[in-house]
Amino acid sequence: MRNGDARATKLSVEGATKYYQTKTGQVHALEDYTMQVKVGELVCVLGPSGCGKSTLLWSMAGLHGLTRGKVMLDKQSIVKPHPQIAMVFQEANLLPWRNLIRNIELPFELKNLSPSKYRARIDALLKKVGLAGFENKYPRELSGGMQQRASIVRSLAVDPSVLLMDEPFGALDAFTRDEMNLLIQQIWMETGKTIVFITHNIAEAIFLADRIFVMSPRPGRLSRTFEIGFPRPRQLSLNTTPAFIEVVSEIKGSIEHGGGHQAVDVV
Amino acid sequence: MADNLLQDKIPTFDKKGDQQAGNVSLSNWSALTSGPGVRTWFEIIAIALVAVAVIGGIELWIYFFKVPQYIFPRPLLIGQSMIEDFPVLWPHIIVTVKELVSGFAIGATIGMVLAALITQSPFAEKIVTPYVVLLVCTPMIALVPLLILRFGFGSEPRIIAVTLAVYPMVMINSATGFRRVDLAKIALARSFGASTFQTYWKIRIPMAMPMIIVGLMVGSIFGLLTATGAELVGGKDGLGNRLSYYSSLIQMPQFFACIVFLALIGNLIYVTFFLIGKKWASWEA
Repeated sequence: MRNGDARATKLSVEGATKYYQTKTGQVHALEDYTMQVKVGELVCVLGPSGCGKSTLLWSMAGLHGLTRGKVMLDKQSIVKPHPQIAMVFQEANLLPWRNLIRNIELPFELKNLSPSKYRARIDALLKKVGLAGFENKYPRELSGGMQQRASIVRSLAVDPSVLLMDEPFGALDAFTRDEMNLLIQQIWMETGKTIVFITHNIAEAIFLADRIFVMSPRPGRLSRTFEIGFPRPRQLSLNTTPAFIEVVSEIKGSIEHGGGHQAVDVV
Repeated sequence: MADNLLQDKIPTFDKKGDQQAGNVSLSNWSALTSGPGVRTWFEIIAIALVAVAVIGGIELWIYFFKVPQYIFPRPLLIGQSMIEDFPVLWPHIIVTVKELVSGFAIGATIGMVLAALITQSPFAEKIVTPYVVLLVCTPMIALVPLLILRFGFGSEPRIIAVTLAVYPMVMINSATGFRRVDLAKIALARSFGASTFQTYWKIRIPMAMPMIIVGLMVGSIFGLLTATGAELVGGKDGLGNRLSYYSSLIQMPQFFACIVFLALIGNLIYVTFFLIGKKWASWEA
């Protein structure tokens, strides 16, 4: 471990194994997956489509149970959704029948809180992501990037300590994705939240992460862990430096060759 | 406990939910609501002119070709009857509307509640659905003579017939709506700690709303059909009863006046649900 980081573990997954019962038989989605995420860390789970990344994240969010293993938040076992954990979903997952502000108020309604008390926080977040003035727009009137920014505000507004992001920018074009990655880095540096970010995009993972957990598919298991030491704040120009590209090719190689679990220091 | 609805669901968002949202069955909602909007004075004047031309044309046709009144009365006579016989017809209009509204209220409530209940269990749905389809496909007017034997010639048998016609329509459409489960949206609500009730109230009912409104619209039109038919079959009052009365006396202007009033009621229903749909389901289109 390069940093010899002494921070406490915020979130841990221990021996997570998950089988789905489907009409066509059992699907083995996740096998003995273990990882620890430290307080205020930004980690990426990287892997090809269908390798069980979302299954892992849904289990971490308490949305569905594991066949074996457990998820721990601080000292608490996660078996149902926890108020300290908020999710950002694939695509924006806004409710089309609600305008932007009513979408952001949804979590408060579900928690029986009055959104008006949190108005200042919501407004500040909207301003930060550049959505001030769009409160009355409906999702279909917003671009993909704006929709995803709204969904990030929705998750941040309830002030969780852990943010689980499930390929949030997969549906966005490359330019918007870069912009969103900068925004995530900024929000993360300002708020110090613990973020678990799922992606199948290697460059995105390297740009964002302190550590990358690479998964191999069928069943999903942890194949390798990479530490990414590029200094913060990272600029988009980082993506074209030789050091960055070297990491990309190393991770790519590790995915192609598979291999056992071993921690690797990079940069 | 983790949500059992999500328990064995692989979190793939393959757009299936969205695609299902696209095919609103029976009648596509956008087809019902996206009628051409009238905007300019020119359009309004054109529409009025066409109406005058059609009605005037019928008037002239009847005059020149000497169409006997028992085949088709002159439009002017129909209009005259609508005004002159209005005091006589008004109580009958009230009777028909009352039957329709009470039968519809009962039927729609039963339909929506049953839809919400049966969609909870695919097994229950499989058992119940054939009977609902049977009810949808059977003309409820056929039951009216039987109902009259039991309940007499008043409004009761007709209200029951309307209820029986409305509820399967509402139920089958609402069930389609409730079945449109978008896993991602339910997971979203759950991740913020939503209860089962909240998931219904905040996610599933709004998602089902376009289909529920389509069901209510189709159901109410079926209800009007059944109410009128039931009055025709046997009854002492109502617009259907007047239809059979005036036709037996060959009083065609009055007969057609009744038809126009029925058409107005039907159109009022359509416009009402059109506006409700615009307010509550326009996000779908």
